[in-house]
Amino acid sequence: MYPPPFDYLAPRSVEEALEVLTERGDDAKVLAGGQSLIPLLKLRFAAPEVLVDINRVPGLDALSEENGWLRIGPLVRHRDAERSALLRERYPTMAAAAPQISDPLVRNLGTVCGSLAHADPSGDWGAVMIAMGAELLARSRGAGERAIPARELFTGPFTTTLEPEELVTGVRVPIRERTGGSYLKLERKVGDFATAAVAVRLTLGQDGRIAEAGIGLTAVGPTNLAATAAEDALRGAEPGDEAFREAAELAAQAASPGSDLRGTADYKRNVVRVFTERGLRDAAVMATNQGGA
Amino acid sequence: MRITVKVNGTERSAEVEPRLLLVHFLREELRLTGTHVGCDTSGCGACTVLLDGVPIKSCTYLAVQTDGREVETVEGLLNGAALHPIQAAFKQEHGLQCGFCTPGMMLTAKALLDSNPDPSEEDVRWAISGNVCRCTGYMNIVRAVRAAAVAQSGSQT
Amino acid sequence: MSQTQTPIHGLGHSPRRKEDDRFIRGKGIYVDDVQLPGMLHMAILRSPLAHARITRVDTSQAQALEGVVAVVTGQDLAAHNLAWMPTLSADTQAVLALDKVVFQGQEVAAVIAETPYTAHDALELIDVDYDPLEPVVDPYRALEPDAPLIREDKPDQTSNHIFHWSQGDKEATDRAFAQADRVVSLDTFYPRCHPSPLETCGCVADVNPATGKATIWMTSQAPHVHRTLFALVAGLPEQNIRIISPDIGGGFGNKVPIYPGYVVATAASLLIGRPVKWVEDRTENLISTGFARDYHMSGEMALSADGKILGLRSKVIADHGAFNAAAQPSKFPAGLFHIFTGSYDVPAAYCEVDGAYTNKAPGGIAYRCSFRVTEASYLIERMVQNAATELGMDPVELRRRNFIQPEQFPYRSAVGWVYDSGDYQRALDLALEKLGYEELRREQKEKWERGELMGIGVASFTEIVGAGHGAEFDIAGLRMFDSAELRVHPTGKAILKLGVKSQGQGHETTFAQIVAGELGIPASDISVVEGDTDNTPYGLGTYASRSTPVGGAATAMIARKLRAKATRIAAHLLEASEDDIEYEEGRFFVKGAPDRAKTIQDVAFAAYTNLPEGMEPGLEGVHYYDPPNMTYPFGTYCVVVDLDKGTGEWKTRKMVAVDDCGVRINPMIVEGQIHGGLAEGFGIAAMQLITFDEQGNCIGSNFTDYLLPTSWETPRFETFATVTPSPHHPIGAKGVGESATVGSPAAYVNAVLDALAPLGITNIDMPVTSDKVWAAMHEKGFV
Repeated sequence: MYPPPFDYLAPRSVEEALEVLTERGDDAKVLAGGQSLIPLLKLRFAAPEVLVDINRVPGLDALSEENGWLRIGPLVRHRDAERSALLRERYPTMAAAAPQISDPLVRNLGTVCGSLAHADPSGDWGAVMIAMGAELLARSRGAGERAIPARELFTGPFTTTLEPEELVTGVRVPIRERTGGSYLKLERKVGDFATAAVAVRLTLGQDGRIAEAGIGLTAVGPTNLAATAAEDALRGAEPGDEAFREAAELAAQAASPGSDLRGTADYKRNVVRVFTERGLRDAAVMATNQGGA
Repeated sequence: MRITVKVNGTERSAEVEPRLLLVHFLREELRLTGTHVGCDTSGCGACTVLLDGVPIKSCTYLAVQTDGREVETVEGLLNGAALHPIQAAFKQEHGLQCGFCTPGMMLTAKALLDSNPDPSEEDVRWAISGNVCRCTGYMNIVRAVRAAAVAQSGSQT
Repeated sequence: MSQTQTPIHGLGHSPRRKEDDRFIRGKGIYVDDVQLPGMLHMAILRSPLAHARITRVDTSQAQALEGVVAVVTGQDLAAHNLAWMPTLSADTQAVLALDKVVFQGQEVAAVIAETPYTAHDALELIDVDYDPLEPVVDPYRALEPDAPLIREDKPDQTSNHIFHWSQGDKEATDRAFAQADRVVSLDTFYPRCHPSPLETCGCVADVNPATGKATIWMTSQAPHVHRTLFALVAGLPEQNIRIISPDIGGGFGNKVPIYPGYVVATAASLLIGRPVKWVEDRTENLISTGFARDYHMSGEMALSADGKILGLRSKVIADHGAFNAAAQPSKFPAGLFHIFTGSYDVPAAYCEVDGAYTNKAPGGIAYRCSFRVTEASYLIERMVQNAATELGMDPVELRRRNFIQPEQFPYRSAVGWVYDSGDYQRALDLALEKLGYEELRREQKEKWERGELMGIGVASFTEIVGAGHGAEFDIAGLRMFDSAELRVHPTGKAILKLGVKSQGQGHETTFAQIVAGELGIPASDISVVEGDTDNTPYGLGTYASRSTPVGGAATAMIARKLRAKATRIAAHLLEASEDDIEYEEGRFFVKGAPDRAKTIQDVAFAAYTNLPEGMEPGLEGVHYYDPPNMTYPFGTYCVVVDLDKGTGEWKTRKMVAVDDCGVRINPMIVEGQIHGGLAEGFGIAAMQLITFDEQGNCIGSNFTDYLLPTSWETPRFETFATVTPSPHHPIGAKGVGESATVGSPAAYVNAVLDALAPLGITNIDMPVTSDKVWAAMHEKGFV
């Protein structure tokens, strides 16, 4: 309940933040929403020497399309995503996921990018960004900015390929047409982490067949997972029950859940299967209705 | 670190440790004990306050982060001696029993009504789903928030 | 004196609550709000292991930290004979562990420092060496002859068996079973859960050397009892102890036991000479304070072919954790479990309960259970459901055939309880009508034909509250009477002081209404005081729904005593004979001449200014009430659920609750109590669980694991009432605080099982989570 002592810095620019991270990165933690970090500090599960609060840096909360990408700045909160008409219209997977993250109070502060950097295998955004084929942008003073595909970001529970001196500067998501999506999440109550969740993104070709599919899984492995076999099976297929059922089966097999109080591994795989199938159906309807935009 | 924060409309300044949680700053430093602590894993919402009008869990926020910003607690709901419509509605609709979740609940409700003056029952239940109550079963809390909505819209010209 | 226009608001009215005025302003005073000059803060170091020997405790580094004033260990307390304390179940409990720890989270040492941050920093500097022992988390394992002995501290304890208790006529019951056409059995587990009031437990102990007085602000549902126990345990003179139970943020039974933290804080304050505050965090609350349930129940029901219950028997293994700290009447180690015949006319019944020690938090009774009535009610209502399924009968019909009938009251049950009044059929009929039962059964049939699952669950509970008659009911020897002290002021207002203690039940409003109903003084003119042992009469406190049955009765009785005196004063003022004075709603008038009248306010003033010769001045008195019997609230709850075959999730579509708690003092407040209990019942049925892994690690010690339902999952409730007064209670009221928590879990679970009945699934233990539902369906090949 009482955090251990730490230093606190509130830089006013990205450069200033990077300066600190270069110097003290190994002992530093970036504070954005703080809704994952501060609970860890209170339980004394983490004891960084310095917190780098980026909330004073202007211009980090952009949520807009530019140059062929949807850009999500590091201070875009879950609730910004929840309220975004842009996401509702054009990025349905994200729009479906945002309201289901934690609870409304946490959503007022927690950030999309912070959630990705935190890399909780039960985190929702990781699965969503995998399904969206998104990339995390990270910058350091030494190496400049680089883009990390979401499906390469997570290496283990709470572990990413991010370096201690790097600051996440945003997420970019490809802009696509004829795309539907869903995020189905089984949680025992509002605020609980997922028992299992499936992020689906379905993009149709001009011919009505599936051009590309993204399926990301939450809470059923050591990290958020990509159901790549399912995605491959869907590519080029005719959208319909048969293709969806097969993909759902493959997605369930891609999951490697543990058995715990939320359910057995078999149960969670079953949920993945059911949600993948339902999610694909919903996404297909959406993508068809969206037509050529 | 020295911070200056506007609390319930009044500027307050203090010297605080970076690790001091906002809820402790409010309760111990400023003696505003209406904001309550109900848990230690950010899971109950009893500590809810408004930060620049947005409801947040003050147990999951550092006092130093509020420098230069505005915080509203339950003590700020009164208008002079007059009850805020939400306070009046909670009493009228029996929306509280032990009173421990009530400050946080009312502030979340206030933020809801600021952005949605005519919420449905579902809207209310959704908005307060981060505020746990052990006594009321939520029924009368929902009634209270919707009654407050009616009262507030009635008093608008 | 002029007549007042203020409404009287006696029984049956719903004036808004007085206590709300401070709560809505954030001006409630809860224990953690108390700040005294020079106050120190205490934090407790707790054992990470469930069962281990302590081989070394080194507090030197912690003591050296700047801002730390003292570090207390078990050895320090032992020097003052305070390392152990008695529990409310005649057991002992370690205040701070000496040479072993017996549950994860047990108190091992305490730091007293200038700030809570410093105190918690210091905890990390205390060095404790543990030698792990084999933990025992299964009570069945605990009772095996070769199980590790947990309570090595008790000289005569050679096993982990605590007690054996039984009630009923075993021979008659066995005979009934021998003659039965059908025997239905059910093994079911009521899992460990926790009341988890939103405010945790804590105290501010101020042992003041200048005055010799120990003032202890404490989260206490029973301040007088706690004061007496403090006097006995700590050796402080009782007249110098003042316990102040201020505003309490929910109790639900969690704030009845005495916790080590209270004792250590008081001892620390005594030794240091400064006030010491200890407020536990949520993890401490869940891992170490009074839990609830943990009853492994086997039940058997003997039936005739046409569905008459001939006999009932039950065997229970009760898991009490490492110390038996259950807060229950001393003669009833299994509480009032023998109410397990419920609403039914059962000719023969027998139950036995064996208590076991395990390496888990101590306790057992809590959480709106009316002393184990939750467990008993769950068992019988689940068995009725299963019996109906086995007999191919509608569960409603089986209930009808077996209900105790109105003309049978007062009804003596097969285990000796005398039910005061009831009309179970009426409550059931009303519930079914409001539910639309027949239509729902039709819909269920149609859905099943399409492979869709919906269920209708019913629970018709009778519970037992109002402990209780002194000869049978005592807490640590203190008989369970309660008290009310009433003084009417010269200006016609009044002050009522009570021995009970609200934690949100609205006593400041409802008890004023009782007086208003008897004396005609407007409820808003009556202030109600509770919780301070220095200025309230002795009472046993508020838990097990006893405030209205016992404290409310005391209030009515003292109000009537004062009305009798008021009548004599009125006669004097009206120059009439006492026999000619009639009373109605605050007016005393001469029979046949209603204009010749005096108000209660006139009489009050006269009590101080104009009395009959020889009469003692004032209008004041105290009444101690020893209830002649318990009261028996009852009702029927109906739940409709829809199941998602794919995920096993279930959602409550509709919930109808009919409650009969006798006369309702404040219907609005009664309804609020019911809402709260129905929500708690839902949480217990659907998601609340404290469990342990094989190492005795507690899973469910924070809100990430111990799930409390939010506004989003909690169903909507439709509440209705029937009123069958209690014939022995002065105002016919029965108490209602716990009925809904008692009766509703079975309604929810029966609903889910009703949906699964066609698949042959007969039991799923609570919490009935989606994975369990899916696993049950999957096992039957349905999904």
